[in-house]
Amino acid sequence: MDFLRPASWEEALAAKAEHPTAVPIAGGTDVMVEINFDHRRPEYLLDLNRVGDLGEWEVGEESVRLGASVPYSRIMEHLRAELPGLALASHTVASPQIRNRGGVGGNLGTASPAGDAHPALLAAGAEVEAESAARGTRLIPIDEFYTGVKRNALQPDELIRAVHVRKADGPQQYSKVGTRNAMVIAVCAFGLALHPETRTVRTGIGSAAPTPVRARTAEDFLNAALEEGGFWDSGKIITPSVAKQFADLCSASCNPIDDVRGTASYRRHAVGVMARRTLTWTWESYRGTRRATEGAA
Amino acid sequence: MRVNFTVNGRPQEADDVWEGESLLYVLRERLGLPGSKNACEQGECGSCTVRLDGVPVCSCLVAAGQVEGREVVTVEGLADYARQRAEGGCATGAPGTSLDAAKDWRAKGTDSRTGEGAELSTVQQAFIDAGAVQCGFCTPGLLVAADEMLEHHPDPSDADIREALSGNLCRCTGYEKIMDAVRLAAARQSEGV
Repeated sequence: MDFLRPASWEEALAAKAEHPTAVPIAGGTDVMVEINFDHRRPEYLLDLNRVGDLGEWEVGEESVRLGASVPYSRIMEHLRAELPGLALASHTVASPQIRNRGGVGGNLGTASPAGDAHPALLAAGAEVEAESAARGTRLIPIDEFYTGVKRNALQPDELIRAVHVRKADGPQQYSKVGTRNAMVIAVCAFGLALHPETRTVRTGIGSAAPTPVRARTAEDFLNAALEEGGFWDSGKIITPSVAKQFADLCSASCNPIDDVRGTASYRRHAVGVMARRTLTWTWESYRGTRRATEGAA
Repeated sequence: MRVNFTVNGRPQEADDVWEGESLLYVLRERLGLPGSKNACEQGECGSCTVRLDGVPVCSCLVAAGQVEGREVVTVEGLADYARQRAEGGCATGAPGTSLDAAKDWRAKGTDSRTGEGAELSTVQQAFIDAGAVQCGFCTPGLLVAADEMLEHHPDPSDADIREALSGNLCRCTGYEKIMDAVRLAAARQSEGV
């Protein structure tokens, strides 16, 4: 095994181009487990810790450019206002020690269906900034990034530099089912974001299909129901039948398996429950904001 | 490969390090510092918790090559680290703990009065006094994690303590005495004891 230690992003890209089988390591919270358990013996480890700007972020007009190695603990601390869904998801990651090391770039690189960040990214809307020495930078829409179980759209010579996450324009929520609060791989997870500017709702489902997915049919149904009922303008309580239909459609969007963490039918059921709850929580928050705005005006 | 880094305030060098080796292995097997414990090797248990550039991490999940040029504090250096922090840095003498001193470090004492007369940090003494140590395997990780929390939250709520220690498993105590110990350490720290 060789340990490659690029001192800059350009060096990292050159190393990945020269050694496409090199496994990038940043926080190490996935890669080191596989090495410790002899599940993986990469020919090259590509250490990204010395590439400092991977740990930085920029808040722009419409999105946050989040460096691939920004630890979850930083997201929780500094980006709660801009990226509330991702901040909530970050808080459910493992333990403080792991959140101090792991970041969204690793979650995307591993592309496990159980990665905690994915539902939040899908719900908020995001693009993955991938780069190679040969072809430069490209932005991969998050909906096209996950291609299979632990597979993603990256080419062998590409590295993830950052993820551009749309700043919240409305309430966001995140929910995760597990046996306890800390150190839990999701049995299933659900992210939901209201986007009042476009009058749309986006979702993300984790651990209930071969890849993280959006519940598109459920989103389409809810968007139409909210529009037809004038809910965005009136801010009235969402009709229970609408919430139930939304939850059922979210369950139907799952394609889960039975495994040690839970059965397929439990996952479908739990996703429906989380869908209804996160919709209620975010909508109540939206109504509260509206009332506060009207009160001020 | 060779790895140069700072351990408990003193520069150290580890030779013949395998590229896939963890920081934990280097500490225990190459530097002779067995205080950080090896249990799950997958970041679940927190027994191997150390400070890496001040931040608590599972040393089993840090590749040895990643610590080149960086600073690590292990449980063996915790008492010195806490003392220097209380003194606002190190004004006199050489900083840190020498490797030999770290290797020899133990909670000294006679008979059952462990800790008496020994150089212990507030958190370490509180763990002994509150009876938070049973088999002791999880203790080093808990000490490092608890000490770091008290550095940032001198007056923690029970929820703060539970959150800060949520990455450290203990299979003996049921955590109640560990909670007692951290509350005790916080109280003593605020009184300047």
